Order: sequence, then C-alpha cells, then structure tokens
Amino acid sequence: MGAFLLRRLLATIPLLFAILALSFLFMRSAPGGPFDAERSVPPQVERSLRAKYHLDEPLTAQFARYMGGLLHGDLGPSFKYQSRTVNEIIAQAFPVSLTLGALGLAISLVIGIPAGVFGAVYRNRPADYGIMSLSLLGISIPNFVIGPLLIIVFCFTLGWLPAGGWGSLSQMILPAITLGALRAAYIARLMRAGMLEVIHQDFIRTARAKGLPEPAVIGKHALRVGILPVVTYLAPATASILVGSVVVERIFDIPGLGTFFVNSALNRDYTMAMGTVLLYSTILITLNLLVDVVYAALDPRVELK
Amino acid sequence: MLLSNHVPDASCGGMKRSALWLLLTLSISACSRDSRPPDFAFLLGAEPETIDPTLSAGQPEGRVARTLFEGLTANDPVDLHPIPGIAKSWDITPDGLVYTFHLRPSVWSDGHPVTASDFAYAWERLLNPKMAARYANMLYPVANAEAYNKGTLTDPSLLGFRAANDTTFVVTLKSPCAYFLDLCAFYTLLPVPRTTIETYGDEWIKPEHIVTNGPFLLGEWILNRHIRFLKNPRYWDAEHVYLNVADAYTSENINANFNLYMTGVLDWLDSGGVPLFVVPDLLRRSDFHVAPYFNTYFYRFNVTRPPFNDARVRKAFFLAMDASAITQYVLRAGQQPAHSLIPPGIPGYTEVQLPKRNIEEARTLLAEAGYPNGQGFPKVEVLFNTSEAHKQIAEVLQSQWKEALGVKVDLVNQEWKVFLNSTQTLDYWMARGGWIGDYLDPNTFLDMWTSQNGNNRTGFADPAYDALIERAGRTLDPAERMQLLHQAESWILDKEMVILPIYYYVVMNLYDPEDFSGLTPNLQNQIILKGVKPLRGHRGKPRDVHAPVMAGE
Repeated sequence: MGAFLLRRLLATIPLLFAILALSFLFMRSAPGGPFDAERSVPPQVERSLRAKYHLDEPLTAQFARYMGGLLHGDLGPSFKYQSRTVNEIIAQAFPVSLTLGALGLAISLVIGIPAGVFGAVYRNRPADYGIMSLSLLGISIPNFVIGPLLIIVFCFTLGWLPAGGWGSLSQMILPAITLGALRAAYIARLMRAGMLEVIHQDFIRTARAKGLPEPAVIGKHALRVGILPVVTYLAPATASILVGSVVVERIFDIPGLGTFFVNSALNRDYTMAMGTVLLYSTILITLNLLVDVVYAALDPRVELK
Repeated sequence: MLLSNHVPDASCGGMKRSALWLLLTLSISACSRDSRPPDFAFLLGAEPETIDPTLSAGQPEGRVARTLFEGLTANDPVDLHPIPGIAKSWDITPDGLVYTFHLRPSVWSDGHPVTASDFAYAWERLLNPKMAARYANMLYPVANAEAYNKGTLTDPSLLGFRAANDTTFVVTLKSPCAYFLDLCAFYTLLPVPRTTIETYGDEWIKPEHIVTNGPFLLGEWILNRHIRFLKNPRYWDAEHVYLNVADAYTSENINANFNLYMTGVLDWLDSGGVPLFVVPDLLRRSDFHVAPYFNTYFYRFNVTRPPFNDARVRKAFFLAMDASAITQYVLRAGQQPAHSLIPPGIPGYTEVQLPKRNIEEARTLLAEAGYPNGQGFPKVEVLFNTSEAHKQIAEVLQSQWKEALGVKVDLVNQEWKVFLNSTQTLDYWMARGGWIGDYLDPNTFLDMWTSQNGNNRTGFADPAYDALIERAGRTLDPAERMQLLHQAESWILDKEMVILPIYYYVVMNLYDPEDFSGLTPNLQNQIILKGVKPLRGHRGKPRDVHAPVMAGE
C-alpha cells in the first residue's frame, strides 16, 4: 500500500509537468495577448507592460521563470487583475467553488443513494419506475434549465430564497440543488444497478438464510458492495462538479473559481489560466488516487500493488 | 465471502467532523466581515482590474476611482461639465496655455492635508514609463508630458506642472486644449496618496491600507462579489454625501444581475443587467430609463484591402443600408440610427448629417467602381466578436446589401482577443467597432483616425487630416474650433467613409426614482454616488414583476 502510494505520487510529477508545459505552449500560441483591448495601448506602454511581466523574454526563459516560482508555491501575478496574485485569487475564489461543490455532492449523495437502494429493493414496481423516470428527467435536463426554473419558483413565485449572490446559507440552497441534481440522478441509477447485481449473490442469500432481518441484509451487507460503482463515480463526479460549476456560478452570480477558469483563457491571463489548470489537474489526479485507495478498503478482492 | 471492517468507527467520526469543520470554515471565509445592510446597492460592472486610479482603464475602474478620489475638477452629475472639485477655482491665461488651480482646504482620509504636491506626484506617476499606465495619454496636452511618457525626456522637473505652494497648482500646456478642465476630472488624473504608496507598494489599494480623498472610503473588496463604500466623514463636502454604506456589485452575468434587481437586492443597474429579450416589456415600466449615450456602434472598413480601398464602394455600402431595421427589430430599446460618428448632445457642436438610404445612388456608385449590379464583386467578410447581438445586426446588413447591391457578404465571428488581433493587424474587410467618448468633446471621436493612432485600425492615413486635427487643437476660438472639428468628422464620413456609422447606443438603466434621487442618467453613464439620496426608508423589497408600473417615460 505504501509503495503503491509512493509510486503513484512520484508518477504525478512528470504528469503535472507535461500538463503545465502543454498548457503554457497552447496559451502562448493563441492569437492576441493579455494587454490587447478595444482601446489600443500606446506602443511604449505595451513595451513597459511586457517588460514588467517578463513577456519580452524568450518562451523557454518565461517557462523556467514560471516553474521556478511554482517551486516556491508562487503562481505569479494575474495579468488581468493587476493588483492581485494568482495565489490570492485562488485563495478567495476556490473556497467558494469548493463549498458549492461539497454541498452539491452532498445533495446528490443524500438523494441518489437512498433512491437507488429503494429502486433496487422494490425493483420493477411502481416506486422503482417512478424513481427511474425522475432520474431520467434529472439526467436529461441541463442545469442551465433547472437553475432558472428553480429561480422562477422559489425566488419570484414563492419569494422564499434569494435569486443569487453568496454568503448566507439561503443563497447556497438553490445553486447546490442545481449542481447536485444531475449527479443525484446518475448516482441513483448507478446505485440501483450496483445493488441489483449484489442482491442475487451467494453471500446475500447466506445472510438471509442465517436469519438476518432484511434491513440489515441490505444496509450492512449489500450496500457495502453495491456502492462500489458510486464510489468509482465519485472522483469524476467531484471533478466535474468543481470544474463544471461555472454554469451554476453564472446563473446564481456566485464568485467562485469556475468563472476565472473560463475567463482566464479568454482574457489571455496566462498565469491565471496556468494556475487554474494546475489546481484542477492536481484535484483530478488526487481524486483518482483516492478512489483506488477507497476501492481497496471497501472491496477485499482489490489489492493495491 | 467475509467483509472485514477496515475503517474503525472512531476515525470515521473524526473524518466526518473534520469535513464538517472544513465546510464551515470555508463558508465563513466566503462571508463578508461587515454585515450591515447597504443604504444603496448598484451594479458596478465587471470585476475591476485594479482600483489604482493611475492604472485604471475601463468603466468599472473609473466608477470606483471617482467614488474614492476627487480631482482638481469633478463632473456635474447631470450634464457632466467640469465643476470645482479639490480646486475651488482656477485662472487661465488669455493664450489658454497656463492654468493656475487654487486648492480648497481638504484632507486625506488619514487626516493629512491634500496639497498641490499630491497632484504633482500623481501626474508624474501617471506619466512615468515604468508605471505602464494605459491612459497616460490623457495628460499629453501638458507640456513635455508625451516626451516624458515615451522616455525621450527623463527629467521630471521639465514636466509642465508644479506645486507653486501647498494650495496652488500650476499647469502649462503645450498648446491650448479646450477640454482640459474636463480632463482634470478624468480618473487617471486623480490624486493618489504618496506616503501610503511608498509604504505599501502595489498593496496600497487593499482596504486595510488605502487612503482616499473623495466622498467615500473603501470598506471591503471581495473578489467578483462586491466593493463596499463607506461615507468618508473627512471629505470636504461630507454634508452633501447622503449614503453611509453603498455596495457596488461586480458581475458580468446579465440575467443574474437582472434577477438581483427584480428581487430588490440591487437598486440601480445599467445595461450590464438588462437582458435584450426583456427590453420590450421593460419599456412599459416606470423604473426603466432610456437616455442618450456618448457611444456609437459602427463598422470599420479596411481601406487598404480591395474592394474597400475604393471610397465609392464604401459609400455604396452606407447608402444601401437601413439601420432603422436594426434599431426597431433587433435592439428595440429606442436606439437611433446613426447619421454621424459623434453622437448628438455636445454643447456647441453640430454633428455631420449623412444622407439617408438611397439605393439608386448606391448602385450607381458601385457600378462606377466597376461592379455593376454587384457583378464581379470579390468575396468580403464582416468580422465581429462573438455575440448574439452583433450577429443579428450583421445578418440584417448582410441581407440589405444582398438585396440592394447584389453583393454577397460573409459573416465571421471571432473570440474577443483573436478579433482584436485581427483588427490591429488589418486582417479583415469590415469589422464591428464601438467607441465611448472619454470626455464631452468631439475630439475624443476624431483624433483616433490620425495616422499614428493605435485606435485607428482602418489603414486610413492622411497627413492633411492629421494637420486638421492638430490645427483644431491649437484653435482658441470655440466656434472656429468646433467648425474645424466638424470638417474633420465630415472628412471621415462624407469624403472618405472610413467607417460605417450604424447606431447610437442608449443608456438603459433600471432604478426607481421614488426610492433614490440623484440617479438621472448622463451621457457617459457615470454613476456619481456623491449625490445619491435615499428618499424613503425601506429598500430591499422585491419589485412587481408582472404588472408594469405605468406607461414608459
């Protein structure tokens, strides 16, 4: 287990390096630069700006400078938000996205898992059909439709919740539901499929034969194996919730990192784009590693080598 | 099969607890420190790139700078003409070259007096090439300013301004400049606190460090959320500041902003919160205000690339189009088709009056240029930055040109930065453009077409035009000067048709005049927070979504 972790962690370093090098190259080969604007910048000002941000150096030197800063945990200054560093922007915006993502994920699990188990236990009965139809709906309706629908109902018709912004718990509810709905539906289906597969296996029959009550059979034995597909899905789900929060952030005007992730590329804010790419890649890699570990912990058949 | 219990309960509970703790801290860190409700909340626009006045270069930045700082002059909230600011009066020599400003007694928010040397410091900082300020050219009318900013002159003592004493600031211009007092209210010319900047460097604009001299203080600045302004009790005219707490929301999400207004969170917003599709409904509401804007929508021609290197073709394209179809069916908020580049409304100036649509003449011109009925007309493209509105406008023009001239025009959209790159390198035929005047003078729309100006981007270069602009700049007599500028506008449009004016933008603001006074829209859509006054105690109530309050204004 220890050797496995060490090996995987070591493999992460060249992977991240490759991601950064490629992003750097792609960013710089896109036409236009960070200081282009509707109003042109006088040539001498552009020269000063380029010198200030070391854009006048050769690309290799710039990349070396960036990597040097990175070793000290410095992601550099933002080219767009001149008074802020990338570290500062991420420190302000990422916790917002993380909170939103965590709430969204929590909602999707709290709804998805029981719904899936319920569907499996009462399979092919009206309750099952109901849950599966709802989940089909949840998967098919994109969040840019769900979000505004929720706003119409809860903000304009009922007047219960604020239509946007960030800070209070009441402002988090609708975005979290919007973000979690798709995953809840998906998790419900995965959970149902996982449970159905387990319920017919020998050890479940054994558990029933030795006289365990049904809730214990389902809750204690079947769930642990049936949940494996959901666990595997958690990493990509978390990643997509964090990266994909941009749409929900726009609908509800939430000051998260998703907006910066998209806009930094459009603004040619080189350092900001690199910073967000680095952050999201690290999250993805870590989550994948975590899934492998949790998988081994849950399913004794899996051994980490 | 045996399922062993790998995860002890205790550590599981620990995990849950730490996860909960993490979530709680995260939520708290995302909250503001100051929980007071604001007296007024408005939409600022995009997140400001900076709030250092010297380095500012956009509308949101300018709005913040003018709220926190006050310059020698300020803008009248209604018609924007320059009014006394920190300078209580000024003398101008008869040749229009030397301005002597007399400063009123006033203090910075840390109690230090605002002196003439604060202005000298701020202006030198603006021109210092090391600062790379994008709007340094606003000071170019001042003697030696341009040379110093371009690095050809390195001695700051040769700059055309000096503090004669603490309350007297003397400015020498290189040539007369009729709008110099307007410029003195511009945000890059605002004073900045020397000691604070020297102590904290780039960090000086953080709420915990910043020192200001305007009507408001910086309370907090939360990225992509809001900037909180607090009344500055030390401001010289504090008795005319009516808001104690004002929040400026920073957001570019048009629909979300509109929702925030309709639910009573925002009290004021501009077109950054007006979705185009609700405009026809909004027009029936009493809280929707449409007003003229000092801003024109046009297409640039690349005059170096055939077929648009022929002025007759450019004129044919103008005469063949009917912009009223765009204003009536696409924009729908009361915009007017443009008959000039300079929007109407500058006192003392009569803008050019281009002829109305004339398809016959357009066809004749096109035939003279060698393309009778559009035959043999080469492939041309209209280039615009990706946006639904730009696309719809281009589609209307495309069909009009096809119908009237028999020419086929392709539409190409590019992502913003790519678009800018294409126009800067003249890699286009026709490209969408827009311009908001920086100060209320025709010059702000005309000097951009001189040969060396980076905003030209059409390939048009004529030394005679450059000379005309320069001559107008040197002319002291206001009527004669306006006449010369009118000639220049006529040159760009009637004579050369370097650009194709399409329509004048309008200001589209939402606010309830029964809740606040001092919000009357002005030509630059500046929001001047100093004069905003709450008229009744309650704010934050949701607005009536369904019933339009009354017939539109």
